[in-house]
Amino acid sequence: MKQIFSTLLAIIIGVGGIVALFLGLEFLIGFLPDRTQERVRPWVYVGPLLLILTFFLVYPTLNTLYLSFLDKYSEVFVGLDNWRYAFTNHAMLISFRNNVLWLVVFTALTVSLGLVLAVLLDRVRYEAVAKSIIFLPMAISFVGAGVIWKFVYAFRPAGQPQIGILNAVVNTLLGFQPIGWLIERAMNNFALIAVGVWIWTGFCMVILSAAYKGIPRELLEAARVDGANEWQLFWRVTLPMMKSTIAVVATTMVINVLKIFDIVYVMTNGNFDTEVIANRMYKEMFAFREFGRASAIAVILLLAIIPVMAVNIRRFQEQEAIR
Amino acid sequence: MNARLRKALSSAPLHVAIVGIALIWSLPSVGLLISSFRPRNDVFASGWWTVFQHPFDFTQFQLNNYIHVLTTEGMGRAFLNSLTISIPSTVIPIAVAAFAGYAFAWMEFPGRQVLFVVVVGLLVVPLQMTLIPLLRVYNRLGLAGTFLGIWLAHTGYGLPFAVYLLRNFFGTLPKDLFESAFIDGASHLTAFFRLALPLSIPALASLAIFQFLWVWNDLLVALIYLGGTEAVAPLTLKMANLVNSLGQNWHLLTAAAFVTMMLPLVVFFSLQRYFVQGILAGAVKG
Repeated sequence: MKQIFSTLLAIIIGVGGIVALFLGLEFLIGFLPDRTQERVRPWVYVGPLLLILTFFLVYPTLNTLYLSFLDKYSEVFVGLDNWRYAFTNHAMLISFRNNVLWLVVFTALTVSLGLVLAVLLDRVRYEAVAKSIIFLPMAISFVGAGVIWKFVYAFRPAGQPQIGILNAVVNTLLGFQPIGWLIERAMNNFALIAVGVWIWTGFCMVILSAAYKGIPRELLEAARVDGANEWQLFWRVTLPMMKSTIAVVATTMVINVLKIFDIVYVMTNGNFDTEVIANRMYKEMFAFREFGRASAIAVILLLAIIPVMAVNIRRFQEQEAIR
Repeated sequence: MNARLRKALSSAPLHVAIVGIALIWSLPSVGLLISSFRPRNDVFASGWWTVFQHPFDFTQFQLNNYIHVLTTEGMGRAFLNSLTISIPSTVIPIAVAAFAGYAFAWMEFPGRQVLFVVVVGLLVVPLQMTLIPLLRVYNRLGLAGTFLGIWLAHTGYGLPFAVYLLRNFFGTLPKDLFESAFIDGASHLTAFFRLALPLSIPALASLAIFQFLWVWNDLLVALIYLGGTEAVAPLTLKMANLVNSLGQNWHLLTAAAFVTMMLPLVVFFSLQRYFVQGILAGAVKG
C-alpha cells in the first residue's frame, strides 16, 4: 500500500517536475526583451535534452574510451595492455567467435524468415492472426523468453520421462538419446540463437510485410501476365523492390546481435563456451572488477557499431535533402 | 477435377507451412502457460502436453504456484517495483523529448542541424560504453540502488530514439497550420500544447508503448544500477535470480515467468496497432 502511494507520488513529481521546469523557464524568459527571448527560447526547449545526453551518453562514452588505457583501478596508464588482453585471451576469442556466429546465423535467419513470412502471409485470409502469433514474442522480455526456452530444452537422462518438448520428440518419439541442448558444445550456441530468432523474426516480418504491401500490385500482375512464375517474380521483382528495406532490417538485426546479453545471461550465463562480448564485459566489470579490460571490451562493441552509425547519419542527411 | 478443388489443393502446401510455423512459434509459450498451472508432482512426472489426454479434467490445474511465487518468492513486490520503475521512466523522457523535438522541428537556432545529427549518432551507441563511468558517478552521488537513479538512466538511454521519432513526426505536420497560428499571435508554448501535441497523439502513444515495454523488459540497466538491492529489484532481475535459485523447480519458474509477461501481453493485445506503428516509424532509423 505504502509503495503504491510512493509510486503515485513519484509519477506526479517526475512528470509535474518536468512540465513545471519548462513552464517556469518559459515564464522567466518572458521578462527578457522580445528579440532576446526569441534567441533564448530554443535553448530552453532543447536544454534539458542536451544536459541529459551529455551526462548519460557523451561524457561516459569518452570516459570509457579513456579508461580502456588504464589499469583495473583506473589509476595507472597501461598503454595497450587491455587491448592486447581483449584480442588474445582465450575466453575473449571464444566470445568473439560466438558473436560472429550470432551475427551470421541470427541475421540470416531472422531476415530471410521474416521476408518469406511477409510474402506468404499476404496470400492467406488469416494473415492478421498468424502475424500476431509470430509477433507476440517481441512483447515479452528476453528473461521471460529465456525461461520459456530453457523449459523447451529441458534435459533428463534417458529412461526418465522427458519434460522438455524437444527432448520428448528426440527421445520418446524418435527413439534417439536425449540431448543436452544447452550443454553440448556443438549445439548450445545454435540453441541460444534459436531463442533470438524466435523473438526477432516477428519484428522483421512486420517491417518487411509493410514494404511488400507497398509494391504496386499492377507491377506484380504485369509480370505474371508476361509469363513469370511465382519463383521468378520473387527473385526478379519483389526482392529488388524491397532491397533498401531489407538493408534497414538487416542493420537493425546486426546492432541487436552485437549487444545481445540477456538471453545468454539467463540461459547459460556464458558457460560451456556460449559467452558473447556483452556478457564478457559484464563479467569483467562485476565479477572480476577489471574496469580497464571491461572498458576496452565496451569500446570494441562501439567500434563494431560505428559503421552502422555512419550509414545512419548519411541516410538521415539524404532524407533531409529530399524534405 | 473442378477448378476450385485444384486451386485448394495447390495452395495446401502454403497453408501447411504457415500453420506449421505458427504452431512452432506458439508451442513454447503454451507449454509455459500450462505448466504454470500444474501441481509440482505432475510437472516433474510428465510433459505438459499430457494434459491433453484429459482435456476436460480441470482438477489437474491449480493456482498454488502463482500464490507461492507472488508471496514467498517476492514476485508480488517485484511487480510493484517494475511499475514504479517503468511509469516515470516512460513519461519523463517523452516529456523532455517532446519539447526538444518541437524545437528541432519548428524553431530556428544556430547548431540545430549539427545537434540533431549528434542525436542520430547517439541512437546506436551501446549501453555498455556508459556503464562504468555512470556507475561510479552514481556511487558517489548515492544514486545506485534508488528509483530516482534508474529513472534518470532510462531517461538518458531512451531519449535519442524519442527525440528522433518525435522531431520527425512534428516535422511532417502541415507547415501552414503553424504559420497561421504564429500570425494570429500564438506563442511557441501555445503552438506546442494546442497544435503539436494533440496532432501527435498516435506517435506519442507508439513511443510510450515502446519505451514502457523496453523499460519493463530491461535486465541490464537494472542489473547494473540496482544491483543486489532486493527492495527495489524489478521483475526481470528477480526472475533472473530465481532461475539460479529455483533450478529445476519448473512449476514455480513457469509461474514466475508468466507473472513477468502478464502486463506486456495485455499491452500487446490491446494496443498492438500502436506497437506496430511505432516499429514501422522506428525502422527508418535502422
